[in-house]
Amino acid sequence: MDAVHTISDFQHKIDSDLNIEPKDVMPDKYRTHLIRQMSQHAHSEVIGMQPEGNWITRAPSLRAKQILLAKIQDEGGHGLYLYSATETLGISRDELIQQLHEGKAKYSNIFNYPALTWADIGAIGWLVDGAAIVNQVSLQRTSYGPYARAMFRICKEESFHQRQGYEIMANMMKGTAAQREMAQDAMNRWWWPSLMMFGPHDSDSPHTGDAFQYKIKRKSNDELRQKFIDKTVQQAEVIGLTIPDPSLKWNEEKESYDHGEINWDEFKSVISGNGPCNKQRMDHHIKYHQEGAWVREAVNAYAQRTQRAEAN
Amino acid sequence: MDTQLDLWEVFIQSKAGSHHVHAGSVHASDEAMALQNARDIYTRRNEGSSLWVVPAKYITASSSADADMLFDPANDKIYRHPTFYIMPEGAKQI
Repeated sequence: MDAVHTISDFQHKIDSDLNIEPKDVMPDKYRTHLIRQMSQHAHSEVIGMQPEGNWITRAPSLRAKQILLAKIQDEGGHGLYLYSATETLGISRDELIQQLHEGKAKYSNIFNYPALTWADIGAIGWLVDGAAIVNQVSLQRTSYGPYARAMFRICKEESFHQRQGYEIMANMMKGTAAQREMAQDAMNRWWWPSLMMFGPHDSDSPHTGDAFQYKIKRKSNDELRQKFIDKTVQQAEVIGLTIPDPSLKWNEEKESYDHGEINWDEFKSVISGNGPCNKQRMDHHIKYHQEGAWVREAVNAYAQRTQRAEAN
Repeated sequence: MDTQLDLWEVFIQSKAGSHHVHAGSVHASDEAMALQNARDIYTRRNEGSSLWVVPAKYITASSSADADMLFDPANDKIYRHPTFYIMPEGAKQI
């Protein structure tokens, strides 16, 4: 058995690229960092269901509706994988949800933007899920075992999300002038927020140090962002979409794209509560959480009654 | 009174980082004995880097008679797989 009993065992495991498991001794900073990052990740999956859920009843065909339902169902499932993995660190589901409702825990800033048209559903799948996948693939190698295993499962399931989004965009780009315009408009609105999903530049990222030391993060914000840009530009070109960045150009020397300045003022403003949908997203979550309380009470009452009956 | 002791289910993590997978069961009177027996019976050839033991009575299993009802509904949802989507010619790496 190789349980970790001391902090020096912990560091040895980290240095040897071995996963840390729930019962291992770990520094408080490691536990705290993971709870923050993993719960934010879980909350993002669940809050991310809202902008898409908004389009279920308006999906343009039965096929599109089935696909969208399956995707949103996956997001709910991914939230649950991540909550369970976070709970192995000794925090309860109740506490995690309370932290979200009190604003102590965040969710991905991207979900504070609205899904205005059907093309937005395409852009979310293609760009937002595309960016999430780049991040999540790198997290498959994160040092905390339950997190890494959740990432494997999620990445495997999520590969269809990006494809279905890209298919929506590709189909619209083959459509009428109005449809092409709608697709380009969605692209224009989602491109920059998608780049912001990777977080601040490495030089300004407040959490980067611990995350790297503990191998929670394996690639930096800027590295991941670059990877996303490099693989997405070609996909846009193939279907005739324009990247809304006049400074974007291929850099022969570094064999990747240079991109324009990201509007960090917008990022800071949205993340601190001033985005178009912050209030709506949180109100919705709190409302339905509270409205579901009677169900939790009822199942508990039923379980207690059954246990009493069995005891007699 | 004679007793064969309680039944415990054994899960082995074959190497660090992987999932714990069910291996079989052991009889034991308590947690420590269950772990000890699991080690002796299931990991004689370095099969594992970690063990879980769970009292068998705490495992709730679905019935094989229900398999169709439980798992059939996934069969006709092929759109849950990435291969369902046809990519435009020339699009790389999706």
